[in-house]
Amino acid sequence: MASKFTVSHRAGWLMAGPAFGLMVMFILVPFFFAFALSFTNQRLISPNPTEFVGLSNYRQLLGVGMLTLEPVKDDAGIVQLKDGAPEYPALRSFTRKNPDYPHLDGMRELFSFNLSGDKITYVLARDVVFIKAVLNTFLFVLIVAPLQGGLALGLTLLINQKLRGINVFRTIYFMPVVVSIVVVSILWRIIYDGNNGLLNNILTGLSFGAFQPVNWLGETSTAMGAIIAMSVWQAVGFHMVIWLSGLQTISPTLYEAASIEGASKWQVFRYITWPGLKNTAVLVLIVITMQAFGLFDQINVMTKGGPLDSTQTIVFQAIERGYGKQDISGGSAISVLLFLLVLSVSLIQRYLTRSVEAK
Amino acid sequence: MARITLKGLKKSYGNAHVIKGVDIDIEDGEFCVFVGPSGCGKSTLLRMIAGLEDISGGDLNIGDLRVNDLPPKDRGVAMVFQSYAIFPHMTVRENVAFGLTVSGASKQEKEAKVAEAARILQMEHLLDRRPSQLSGGQRQRVAIGRAIVRKPRVFLFDEPLSNLDAALRMDMRMEIGKLHQQLGATMIYVTHDQVEAMTLADKIVVLKDGLVQQIGAPMDLYHNPSNLFVAGFLGAPSMNFITVQVTAIDGDKVLVSGPGLNDVAVSGKRGPFTVGQTAILGLRPQYLGVNDDTGLGKLHGKVALSERLGAETVIEVTQASGLPVIATLSRDVVFDVGSDVNLSFDPDHAHLFQPDESFTKNAH
Repeated sequence: MASKFTVSHRAGWLMAGPAFGLMVMFILVPFFFAFALSFTNQRLISPNPTEFVGLSNYRQLLGVGMLTLEPVKDDAGIVQLKDGAPEYPALRSFTRKNPDYPHLDGMRELFSFNLSGDKITYVLARDVVFIKAVLNTFLFVLIVAPLQGGLALGLTLLINQKLRGINVFRTIYFMPVVVSIVVVSILWRIIYDGNNGLLNNILTGLSFGAFQPVNWLGETSTAMGAIIAMSVWQAVGFHMVIWLSGLQTISPTLYEAASIEGASKWQVFRYITWPGLKNTAVLVLIVITMQAFGLFDQINVMTKGGPLDSTQTIVFQAIERGYGKQDISGGSAISVLLFLLVLSVSLIQRYLTRSVEAK
Repeated sequence: MARITLKGLKKSYGNAHVIKGVDIDIEDGEFCVFVGPSGCGKSTLLRMIAGLEDISGGDLNIGDLRVNDLPPKDRGVAMVFQSYAIFPHMTVRENVAFGLTVSGASKQEKEAKVAEAARILQMEHLLDRRPSQLSGGQRQRVAIGRAIVRKPRVFLFDEPLSNLDAALRMDMRMEIGKLHQQLGATMIYVTHDQVEAMTLADKIVVLKDGLVQQIGAPMDLYHNPSNLFVAGFLGAPSMNFITVQVTAIDGDKVLVSGPGLNDVAVSGKRGPFTVGQTAILGLRPQYLGVNDDTGLGKLHGKVALSERLGAETVIEVTQASGLPVIATLSRDVVFDVGSDVNLSFDPDHAHLFQPDESFTKNAH
C-alpha cells in the first residue's frame, strides 16, 4: 500500500516549495540567462534596445591568429639592419584595416617566438586580456591541482597517526579553511608586501641580509606564483580532511595483514593505501580543479588582475566585464565558456580515472 | 624448529590487564587451539604471537629465538583473519602472491608457488577473479592461500570460520584439518566454537579472563576438566551442575548427597574436600541413563521439554526441587511432557568440583 506521503503530492511540493523556488530563482534562471544573454549585446545599463548578435561575443573572445613575418629586405634580398638588428615590418600594418589580412583585423600580439632563422612568428588574439586570463587560469589549475592534492595527502598521512596532541596539528592545518578567503587574501597581501612584508623580512633575516626584498605581488614574474602558493596553503586543510575520511575507510586488518606479509612502509602505501584511496583521489582532483577554475577572490583582493595582466583569470574577467565595464553579454559569454570548460575537464578527468572494476 | 613457548606472557592497556601471565608450550607441528568465551583474551594472545600487539611482560619464543621485540615479518608467521583481510583491488593471484611480491621474488617463482597453493586449496579456477566476485568461503580460501604460499613456520588463525554459514564452516573446518596434516606446520587457531576446538586440536588451551584454565588434548579436557569453567565450557549440551553436601570421606572417594539425590561415592581428585562442605557435582547429559536404573546415582523428575534430533533425544527434567537437569539419549525416544522419569548415572563418570564463587550462582 502506498504511503500517504508518496501519494499527497501537494503537501510535498508545498514543503519543498521555498527551497525549490529559491534554487530556481538564483541558480537555474541565472544559468539560462547567461546562455541567452551571451548571444546578445546586452549592457548593464543602456538606453539602446537589446539585439541578438549571434556568436559575435564568442568570436570576439576566442579569435586567435598566427602571422609569420620575414625581415625587411632590399631589392637584392639583403636583410636591412636597424641598430644592428634585422628590421621587421610593423605588425600594425597587417592587423589594422589591411584588405589582404581581413581575418587578422583588430587583433593584437599575445606573444611571439622565433622558430627558424630570422623569421618571427606572432600569436595574435582579438581579445588579448581574455586569452591571457585563460592561459593564467590553466597555469593555476595545472600547478594547484597536483600540488594541493599531493600536499594534502602528505599532511593526511602525517596526521593519521596515534600520537599525543595530533588533534592540535589537525586543527592548525584546517584553520585557514575556516577563515574567509577575503581575510586570508588581505593578510597575505601584507605578508607579500614589497617593503616591509613578513616574507621579505624572514628571507632577509634567514640570509643575513643577502636577500633583496621583492615586491611579490608587484612583479609580473612573481605575482601568479605568490597567489598560487597562498591558494594552496589556504585550501590544503580542506582536502586533507577529505583524504583523511578516505583513509579511514580502509580496514585496519588490511594493514595488519600487510605487516605480517612483510611489506615495507612504501609497499604498504603502494599496495594498500593508494589503491584504497582511488575514489577519494578522483573526488579531490575534481573538486580542486573546479575550485581552481573559479579563482577570483584572491585576485580581486590582492592584484586586480595586474601587474600587466599577469594574474588575470577567467572569472575575474567575467566579473570585470559584466560589472566593471557593464558589458553583461561579454561577461555572460565568458561564464558560458567557463562552464563548458569545467564541464569538459571534469568529464575528461572522470573518463581517465574511471574505475577498472566498472568495465 | 618451530616450537613456540609462552612464558609468563602479559598484556596490559594502562590499568586493564588483559593477559595476566600465560604459560603455554606448543610443540613443532602441533595444532593448538585457544578457546574461551569472548573477552577472554584469546585473540589478543594470538595477536601478541603474531606481533600485532606489543608484549607487556614475559617471554615469547618461536624456535630458539626470543621474538618479543621482532616485527611481525621477522617472526616467520602467517595469519588468517576472521574478516579474511584480502586486498580488494587485487586479483586472487595477486593476493596469494602478495608476500612474495613484497619480498621481491621472481615472476617464475611466484607463478610456481601460487599454482601450488591454488592446487592444494582447489582454487585454480578463481585465480583471475577479484575478491568482490568471490563468496565468503572462497575468500577464506584465498586468505589461507596467501598464508601457505610463503611456507611460514607458524600459521595463526583468528576465528577464520566465524563469518561463514554453518554448512560451509564444517567443510572449511575439515579442509583446515587436512591442510595441517598435509603441511605439518605448527598452527595456532583461535575460536569460541568448542566443536572446532574439539575436532581440530592436538592441544586445547582454555582461557578465561586472561588466564589459562587448562591445557590438554581434547578428550583429556572433556573427561577430566580441571575446574567448573572448563567442565561447563566444553561439551554440548553443557554439563549439569548439582549443588551437594559432602557427608563422608573414604580414601580418595567422597560421599555426597543432595536434594533429590541419593548418597553416592565419587572421586575426590579435585580435593581436598572436608565433611560438611558444599561441593558441585557435574554430570554430563550423555552419561545420564533414563529409566534404566543401571547407575548407582539416582535423580528423579518430570519431563519439561523434549527435543528429538533423530540420532539423539535431549530432554529437560525438572526435579522436585525445581532445578532442571538435561539428559541426552543417543536414540530417538518419545517422552510426554509432564511424565515422570528416573535418571541414573555411574559415579565413575561424575565430577566433583570445589564450589567456585563466580560459578555457584549458575550452578544448579
